[in-house]
Formats: sequence, C-alpha cells, structure tokens
Amino acid sequence: MTPSAAVFYALASIALVSGLMVIWSRNAVHSAIYLVLAFLSVAGIYVLLEAEFVAAIQVLVYAGGIMVLFLFVIMLVTLSDDAGGRVRVHATVSGSIGLAVVGLILYAYTLGKVRAEETTGSILRQGGNLQNVGQSLYTDHLLPFEVASILLLVAMIGAIVLARQKS
Amino acid sequence: MPVPASHIMTFSLLLFSIGMIGVLTRRNAIIILMSIELMMNAANINFIAFSRQLNDVVGQVFSVFTIAVAAGEVAIGLAVVLALFRNRDTVYVDEVHIMKG
Amino acid sequence: MTSLLWLIPLLPFLGFVLNGLLGARVLSRRAVGIVACSAVGLSFLLSLGAVASLARLESVAAAAPGSLAVDVEAHRVTQTLYTWMAMGKSPSGADLRVNWAYALDPLSAVMVLVVTGVGFLIHVYSTGYMEQEPREAYARFFAYLNLFMAMMLTLVLGASLAVVFVGWEGVGLCSYLLIGFYHDRMFDETTKMSCADAGRKAFIVNRVGDIGFMLGMLLLFSAAGTLDIQGIVGQAGRLGVEVCTAAGLLLFLGACGKSAQIPLYVWLPDAMAGPTPVSALIHAATMVTAGVYVVCRMAPVYLQAPAALTTVAVVGGVTALFAATIGLCQNDIKKVLAYSTVSQLGYMMLAAGCGAFTAGVFHLMTHAFFKALLFLGAGSVIHAMSGEQDIRKMGGLDRHIPWTHGTFVVAGLAIAGIPPFAGFFSKDEILWRAFQVSPILWLIGAAGAFLTAFYMTRLYILVFRGKERFGQETRHHLHESPRSMIVPLAILAVLSLVGGWIGWPESMGPFPNLLERFLAPVFEAHGAAASSMAATLPRSWLLEFGMMMLSILVAGLGIFFGCVFYEWRPEIPVSMAENSRRLYGAILNKYYVDEFYGRVVLAPYYALCRAAAWFDQWIVDGVVNAAGYLTLGTSYTSVGFDTYIVDGLVNLAGYTVRGTSWVFRTLQTGIVQSYATAMVLGIFILVSVYLFSMSR
Repeated sequence: MTPSAAVFYALASIALVSGLMVIWSRNAVHSAIYLVLAFLSVAGIYVLLEAEFVAAIQVLVYAGGIMVLFLFVIMLVTLSDDAGGRVRVHATVSGSIGLAVVGLILYAYTLGKVRAEETTGSILRQGGNLQNVGQSLYTDHLLPFEVASILLLVAMIGAIVLARQKS
Repeated sequence: MPVPASHIMTFSLLLFSIGMIGVLTRRNAIIILMSIELMMNAANINFIAFSRQLNDVVGQVFSVFTIAVAAGEVAIGLAVVLALFRNRDTVYVDEVHIMKG
Repeated sequence: MTSLLWLIPLLPFLGFVLNGLLGARVLSRRAVGIVACSAVGLSFLLSLGAVASLARLESVAAAAPGSLAVDVEAHRVTQTLYTWMAMGKSPSGADLRVNWAYALDPLSAVMVLVVTGVGFLIHVYSTGYMEQEPREAYARFFAYLNLFMAMMLTLVLGASLAVVFVGWEGVGLCSYLLIGFYHDRMFDETTKMSCADAGRKAFIVNRVGDIGFMLGMLLLFSAAGTLDIQGIVGQAGRLGVEVCTAAGLLLFLGACGKSAQIPLYVWLPDAMAGPTPVSALIHAATMVTAGVYVVCRMAPVYLQAPAALTTVAVVGGVTALFAATIGLCQNDIKKVLAYSTVSQLGYMMLAAGCGAFTAGVFHLMTHAFFKALLFLGAGSVIHAMSGEQDIRKMGGLDRHIPWTHGTFVVAGLAIAGIPPFAGFFSKDEILWRAFQVSPILWLIGAAGAFLTAFYMTRLYILVFRGKERFGQETRHHLHESPRSMIVPLAILAVLSLVGGWIGWPESMGPFPNLLERFLAPVFEAHGAAASSMAATLPRSWLLEFGMMMLSILVAGLGIFFGCVFYEWRPEIPVSMAENSRRLYGAILNKYYVDEFYGRVVLAPYYALCRAAAWFDQWIVDGVVNAAGYLTLGTSYTSVGFDTYIVDGLVNLAGYTVRGTSWVFRTLQTGIVQSYATAMVLGIFILVSVYLFSMSR
C-alpha cells in the first residue's frame, strides 16, 4: 500500500468514527466538535484527491462558518442534555430501516457490478487546481455562479427575517 | 489514483448512511441538521472522486456550489430552529406534532 | 161551505204557527188566547156549515167545484187537494196514488163537531186555567194545543188512510209535547218519574200500537191496491176473511195504543202529568177516541172478520171492568178520572165489537161531554185547592166552589148512567146490544157500570162532602174559578144533560133516534152483515125495557153503595182495606202491570241495547281501532327498518371510511422524522426491486 492510500484509509476512518460520534453523542456541543473533526478529515481527503481548492473552501466555509453557526445556535437553545437513554421504538425502527438500505447497497457490491480499478491521469492540466476551477467557474458556469450568489443573498435575508425577535 | 474509486464510493456511502441514520434517529433538530451536513459531505466526496477519475473539473465546480448552497441552507435551517425554539420552547422534533392526524 | 172543508184543519194550524213564532215575545197573553180560541171557534163554525150542507147534498153537488166529489147516496163529500204520492201503476194496471183529500160524511161530521166544539170550550177554559204561567209557557201551550187540533181534524177528515195516519202520528206528537209540558217538574216522587218521562212513555207506548196500524195499513194497501178509505171499504167483500181479520186485528192494535185498551193502556194514567186542560181535551174527549173512530171507519172490513170483532168486543169489555177496579182505590183525583176514561173507552170498543158502531159513536160523543166536564171540574178543584190533587186531603168543598160542585154533580150522574142525563142513553144502548150478542159480555159491562157509579160517588163524596181535611193555608186561598173557566163548565153541563136526547131509543118513545138515522148511511150501506151479530135474540120491546130498568138499577145500586161506604159508614172501606191488605195493595198499585212490563219487556230490551252498544264499542270500533293499531304497528316497523337498516347502511359507509382512514391517519404523526423514515423505506423498496430484477 502506498502512503497516500494509507493516509486515505486513516482519514476515512477518522471521518467515519467522528461521524458516528456526531450522531451518537448525547451532548450537542460534543456532536458539533465531532462534526468539525469530520469536516477536517474530509478536507484532508480532498487534498489527497488533488482538489485543494475545494478542500480550502471546505475548511473555510464548513468548519469555519457553518460550525460556528451551529455552535452559536446550540448555545442559544440548549436547555439540558438530551434526556435520552430510554429505548425509543420509533428510533429503533427508523434506524433499522436505514441500516437495511445500507446493507442492501453493500450487497449490491457483492454482485460484482462495480469495478474497482485504479485510475491514472491527473486533472491538473495547466496551472494548478485553483486556476482550473476558476477558469471553469467564470466561463462555463458563470450563470450558476451568479445565481448561487443571489441564493446566498436570499438565504441571508431569510435567515435574518426568520430569526428576528418579535419586538 | 492511489485508492480505487469503489473504495471511495464505499466510504462515501458509509458516511452517507451514518448521516441518514442520524437524521432518522436523533430527536434534536440541530443534530439532525448536522447529520444532513454529513450526508452532503458524503455526496461531495463522490463528486470529487469521480471528477478525478473522469478527468473533468466540473465535479469540483459542482462541489463548490454544493458547499455554497449547504451554507445557505444551514443558515436558514438554524433560523427556523431558532424560531421554533422561541415558539415551542423546544428543539426536539418529536414534541412538535401539531400536524398530527 | 163544503168547499171550505180544507180550512177546518188549516185554521188551527195557522194558529199554531202564529202563536209558535210570535207568541212568546211579540203577542200579549190576551192576544195569544184570542188567536188560539178564534182559530178553533172559526173551525167550529165552518164545521157547522159543512155539516148543515150535508143535509142538502143535491144542491151542493150541482154547484160543486172540480176539487169536490159528492156522493149523494152515501151522504159524502170528498175534497181532493192534491196528489201526494204518485207511484205509477200496479201490476194489474190500476193507478197507484195517494191523494191528500178530506172527506165529510155523517161519521166524520159527528167527530168534527165534537172535536171542534169541545175543543173550543176547553181552549176558552185554558185561558183562565193557565193564567199563572210565564208568557213563553202560555204561548207554547196554546201553540201546541192548536197544533193538536189541526192534527186531530186531519185524522178525522182524512179520506185516505195515509192522511189519517199523518193525523194519527201528529196527535201522538202533540200528546207527548203537552204531557211533558212542565218539563222541569217531577210527576211522581215515589217512582221518580218526571213529567218528561210520562210524555215519553205515552209516545213510546203509542208507537208500539202504531206498528200495528202501519202493518194493517200496508196489508190493506197490498190487498186492495189503494189507501183511499172508500176504495178499501168498497172492496171489503172481495178481500177475503183472512186479510180482513189480519188487517182488523192490526188496526185494532193501533187503536189499543191510542184508545188505551189492554195491553197498551199504561200510558194514560201517567199522562195526567200534563196540565188538566190537556187531560180534558186529549185524554178524554178527542185523541183517545181516535182508535174508536178508526175501528168504526173500517167497519165494513171488520164486519167481514167476525174473529176480529169478537176480539175487539172482549178486549173492550175486559178493559172496561179491569180499569174500573183500579179506579176504585186511587187517591189522586185525576188518576181516578184517567182510569175511568180507560174504562169508558172499553165500552166504546165493546160496542164496536158487537157490531153496534152507532152506539159506540154515540157513547164517544156523550163521553166527550161529561168526561171533559169532569176533568175541567177537577181542574177547577185543583185550582181552588192551590194545586192539591190528593182527594184524601179534600172534603167539604161544596160550600166553597158552588159552580164547580154543581157541574160536577151533573157530570157524575151522566157518567153513572142515570136518566135523563146523556150517559144513560149511550151506555144503555151498548149494554142492550152487548146482551144481544152474548149475556156474558152484558154481565161484564153491567159489572163495570156498577163500579163506575160506585167510584164516581166515592170521588164526589170525598172531594165535595164531609169534613174539611185540609189546612188553614189552603182554606185561606180557596176561591171559585174565574168566569173563563166556569162558562165552559156550564155549557158542558147542559150538553151532558141534553146531549143524549138525540139518541133516544126508537122503541121507547115518540122521539126519533136522530143520531142513528144520521149515521145510517155510513153503517148500513156496506154491512148487511151488521145485523147478523144482532140476530141472536129477537127484538122484543119488553126485553129492551126490562134491560133498561136493569141498567138504571145497577147504576142506582152503585150510587147507593157508594153513599154507604163513604158518606154514612166511612169505616167500612177502611176496615176492608185493612183486612185484605194484599188485594188492596195490588189494586192501589194498578196490579203491578207497569212493573211487569218493566221486567218482561223493557229489561230484555235494555239488555239488547247494552249488548248492541257493547258490540258497537268493542267490535265495530275495535275493527276500526285495529286498523289504526295496524297502521301504527306497520309504521313502527318501518321506523325501525329505517332507523336500523337504512340508516345502518348509511352509517356502515361512514364507519368503513373511518376505519380505513384510521390506517392512513396513523401515518400522519406530525413528526417530520417519521416522514423521512417512510421515504427511506420507499427507497429501500425501490432499490431492492431494481436490484433483484437486475440480478435475474
């Protein structure tokens, strides 16, 4: 196994474990921290996959912006730890259905329809990853780019309106 | 590519399923939103992986958009949770069932 | 004058209408009296004129208008007013019709004169007697009295049995109205009979007799094809013995009802509940004689049926004796006279039954005079005694009411049969003819004559002579009656004296028997068989004279014993009553005949009525109610059906929807997570389907 593969598997396992802890933790703040960890490991995987720009965006936006947002809201609304502990029928049923789906798809793997081959090649043509993405973003995908900015504007306005105090 | 795409896909599937189970199972609305972020990240990983395999940068561009949208969505979602908290004094989704029946 | 025949019944009818409509409010008492009396008075004058013209029938026939039919030979005038019922043709082709027609012949002439004459006197008397009544009652009385006169005259003048029947029923109605005149008073305290009850009794008993009259009438109609009296009697010979006997007996049943013979006499004593003038007019002089009149009218029919005649004679004789015995012991002055009337009517029937129709009519006439006089005199006594009618509480009145006393004596001698008073002639004639038919009948009649004299003497002595048995209060009010009452008494007294002289027996003296000659055309025309009944014994002057003396002796003995028992030795009747208490009680209580009728006739009838009422209530009404209940039941059933089945089906639809929707409702938990779970489940299903179809 090459070192990048090892790193990948390590980062992947960290991401999975921290993901599990996110949904398993009783304390919301703990969940948030674990989520940050997950994001960071996913960012690392991005780097491994030669998508440095997206990794940077991931860290900046996800781990830096969204998680802060999460933490603020948790701070505002959390009254007490999740009382939990008792077995909820509802959760059990839902959880098993979810697991069933996963199992199904994993089963689909065993049917041998998915190819597991290595690829060569690189997406780095001229310049670096950033240049490539930028070029594509501002030429081929200009419209979605602008629309995305308007979307963010709307989201911002919406968030302000929704979260406003009635006074 | 050091790792076969199918492995990455498996990884993203597992992450996705973790996120899905979290959405289905947890009571706290904020945790649910976090789980949704996990799911979105899993999708992103898929995009990046196949962008590398297929030598097309569009995957990455799409990921960027996804992240932007996710940010907007989280903002709105948390604003809703705040409004909900102010009205019902709770963030647990199974205590909010006035649409029951 | 005979063309005005139709006015004779009409004038009293107009009086009835006038007094009935206006009398209570508009007319004064005087006016009412004048209207009533003048109506009858004018009828009397018209009757006189009509009867007078009977004597010169030829000239009448010459000048007769079309409505008049004059039969000179039969001394009859018939006035047909209109065709009452036209009934087409009989199978034999004869014309079936009933005409409203009046006929005047000697028989109806006698009747009409008696009715209007005595009726007029009684009307005048009533103006004084009824003075104390309130004005409405006064007017009502005279209206009814006039109606009665109209009906009686229709009966007497009717040329057809149908017209006679109208009058027959009409007098029955008036009798009921007048007996029950004091409709709010009690008549007899012991039997709790009110005056209205007495009226009803009279009417119903009369109705029983009327069944016989109607059946006889219908029988004669079916046999003779006509109801016209002359038509019937003309065919009397052809009708056959059976028809004549049956018709005769049936008509006699009706006559028993009207003329109070056994077994239908029970209403007459109770009819004394009415005012005394009513008793005088209706129940002495006129209505009760209607039966005798009808029998005499149908004489040719009766003469064809010896069995019927014998029945008539026997019933008449037995009634005469029976009623006389009851009259012996009565203590009410009017009741004594009532039984006396029944008894005297028996004599009239006895005469008719012996074929002596002339004698019967003669006695009818004289009886009208002296019985009316007796009743009016009794009314005068009651008036003087301030309403007292019990003779045990009278006595010694001869000093106080001389006129009443004098006329009463005249009437008493007349009824006892002492010559030269009227009753002697008629009664003697009857006894003589009865003797000629059967000595037994004579014996019964003679015994009755003895008792008649006896009880009249008793009545006279107890009322007018002896010690005064009333109190100071009554004594204070004792007074003679006013002139309006005394004058009719006097006139009737004169008639009671001289009335018999027109029937002077031919064999006895120089005077002709005017009445017999007058009535001859009626009774001799059809009945040669009349003499067959009288042919048993040869007509011998000596025998007749001897019988006459015997009659006088019998009457004298009756008066003598009456004086013995009540004037000289009053203790004898008291001790007799004591010793034979049961017999005395039986006679005093009229031999309990009314009680017998009540138990034998009325009780089963009432039971039948109750049974019919029960039937109607439970069965007929039950059927109707059952229909109602059936409807109710079916409606309950359909309601139940509707509620449980029809509504049940509708509700079932609702329940079904609710049940099925419950399944889907549980999916709507309102929790978003469960919706997400459902979506994931859906994905699972889709993917598995895709996968397993792919792997195939």
